[in-house]
Amino acid sequence: MATQHSITIKAGGSEKDYWKDLWLNRQLLWILSKRDISVRYKQTLLGVAWSVLRPLMTMTVMVFVYSYVAKLKADPGVPYPLMVLVGLTIWTFFANTFTQISNSILINHNLVSKVYFPRLLMPMSSIAVGFVDFLITFGIYLLVTAFFQYPISWQIIFLPCFVLLTFITSMGFGLFFAVLNVRFRDIGQLIPFMVQVGMYVCPVAYSSSLVQGTWYEKYYNLNPLVGIIDGFRWCLLGSKSYFNPQSLYSTVITSSIILVISVIYFRKKENTFVDHI
Amino acid sequence: MSVIVAENISKKYIIDHQRKTGSSSLRDIVSDKVDKLFRRPGRNGFAEKEEFWALQDVNFSIDQGDRIGIVGHNGAGKSTLLKIMSRITEPTTGQIKIDGRIASLLEVGTGFHPELTGRENIFLNGAILGMSKGEIRQSFDAIVDFAGVEKFLDTPVKRYSSGMYVRLGFAIAAHLNPEILIVDEVLAVGDTEFQKKCLGKMRDVSESGRTLLFVSHNLTAIQALCNKSFYFEKGRLIDQGETTHIVTNYLSKVSHKSLEKHWDNIEAAPGNDQVRVKSFKLFPEYQDDLTHIDVRTPINFQFEFWNLVEGASLNLSMHLYTFTGECIFNVGTAAENFSKGIVRGTCEIPGNFLNDGSYVVSMMIVKDTSTVLYNMEEALVFDIEDYRENVTWYGKWPGYIRPQLNFSIRQSEHVVND
Repeated sequence: MATQHSITIKAGGSEKDYWKDLWLNRQLLWILSKRDISVRYKQTLLGVAWSVLRPLMTMTVMVFVYSYVAKLKADPGVPYPLMVLVGLTIWTFFANTFTQISNSILINHNLVSKVYFPRLLMPMSSIAVGFVDFLITFGIYLLVTAFFQYPISWQIIFLPCFVLLTFITSMGFGLFFAVLNVRFRDIGQLIPFMVQVGMYVCPVAYSSSLVQGTWYEKYYNLNPLVGIIDGFRWCLLGSKSYFNPQSLYSTVITSSIILVISVIYFRKKENTFVDHI
Repeated sequence: MSVIVAENISKKYIIDHQRKTGSSSLRDIVSDKVDKLFRRPGRNGFAEKEEFWALQDVNFSIDQGDRIGIVGHNGAGKSTLLKIMSRITEPTTGQIKIDGRIASLLEVGTGFHPELTGRENIFLNGAILGMSKGEIRQSFDAIVDFAGVEKFLDTPVKRYSSGMYVRLGFAIAAHLNPEILIVDEVLAVGDTEFQKKCLGKMRDVSESGRTLLFVSHNLTAIQALCNKSFYFEKGRLIDQGETTHIVTNYLSKVSHKSLEKHWDNIEAAPGNDQVRVKSFKLFPEYQDDLTHIDVRTPINFQFEFWNLVEGASLNLSMHLYTFTGECIFNVGTAAENFSKGIVRGTCEIPGNFLNDGSYVVSMMIVKDTSTVLYNMEEALVFDIEDYRENVTWYGKWPGYIRPQLNFSIRQSEHVVND
């Protein structure tokens, strides 16, 4: 590994050049991301087909269970399958990136114990696969919209903002768990469980209009995913879909705070990762 | 000019005697905390944790162009030092100042992904080692050529033989262009031909005025490549200076592993109601005032046992194994009848016979040339160090034995030019 011309190594000495180092290593970030993507599609028999099949099957099951069995309603004027598919698209994106970031250090333990580079590169590169999957699911969504002949609304231009917000949120939570995961191995088992519970806590299969006016609405909106999912629906399904701007403010504020805290935490711990691996 | 200055480097690890892995589980931490809260005064909750200093107060400075060999037993702190210098982990106290582009090679093929092809892995590994895409592209052909994997460039490396894997890994690393190169025991792998290539490449590095730090158990390679050496023991840098001096010093401390075993009390001695082992000793005939065994040293074995059965027909059978367990030879004595008392067997392994390495001896007492009365397995362990004269090749000498045979060449015919 190559670094700048003069360095001082000492205890707790996270050098001031860290962010510059990160920038200098951007090529490595790109290569690691490419590695993850090509490995993912090389190993599996069905390759890309999985990314297509998974959300489609989950959607079918959800539509059946929630719409036909539990009789949940979508917001007026919005087809229920579309609402679920949009929710699933963004939720899966979050869940995947969050899980991958949380495991990124452990998965790359052979690198962590043998070479130096800013460790933030690993969580950052692990986002790539989730993003490619997201693009595929999004493509499916567009096909399904065409099938339902649902108009695409002008708000779609705000879509990138919500994707970015999802990045920020998954990074914020993920970095924190990536550090914990190195230190305590049982966190690894907690993560899938959290993702599972999260899917019910967040408005994936239902509309958050159901929460509207209840005593717990303001606590509900503290969940940064609520703003993201509702906002995402608002972008794709238009104003017929329920969207409380208040939840968006709270998303922006909570996510940013969490990200800053977890980056500081990560930076503090990253130099000793190898001692726990 | 000093390019590396280390001041008071120490590294502490907490060893947790309760747990086997480095990481602890959340459950343990929680129960620990609860324990501490309710701990009764008499109970000592800290006994399970122990501090371990992998490095202690290490100070040194390295000048530009120095080639430093680092020697020491396993666990002496060599690898910890390299890890700190490569910024993989940080020291507990102290600091190191490094001037210059530094590259460290603690393993060949770091980050190779088995599913990716040779070509993809060259770019991946190169980037991990800190090469830019341009640099990799520039030396791509040279890397492929050095590794000799042209035909398999588009094959996933999981299908590579271990030799090809290592060759490709080293080839990439060899084309790094740092001012300071840190190399850990990477030459212990690969075939002879390839080791030769690697050492040649490292010689180029050292001759081009770059700074080299090299950890190896191959003392011949260290002597050939390094002008100065550090000797680590139990986390401390106990000696530094000219390589020849350090290596001799190190060897004199290493080679007294278990050259002798004896039992004075017949009841406690290993054996059974027919024979009991009294002693097994090894006497090297050291050469030139040395205090360690090298390939030239003749080694004498002396084995004594109590024979407890009158008139037993006994013989001895000795096995010599490599450290990895292959049998090199088995020799036996002729059978003889012995009366009760002590029986002594001796054997000499001549000098210039075994190759350098670690060896294990086991001794068998056999009755009537067919029944094994007692087998003393792994009775003695000894090391033979390397010694060479008039050769310019420093890699590991191949083979288990290194006999001096009557092997010569001469001109048998002259071609007469007209």
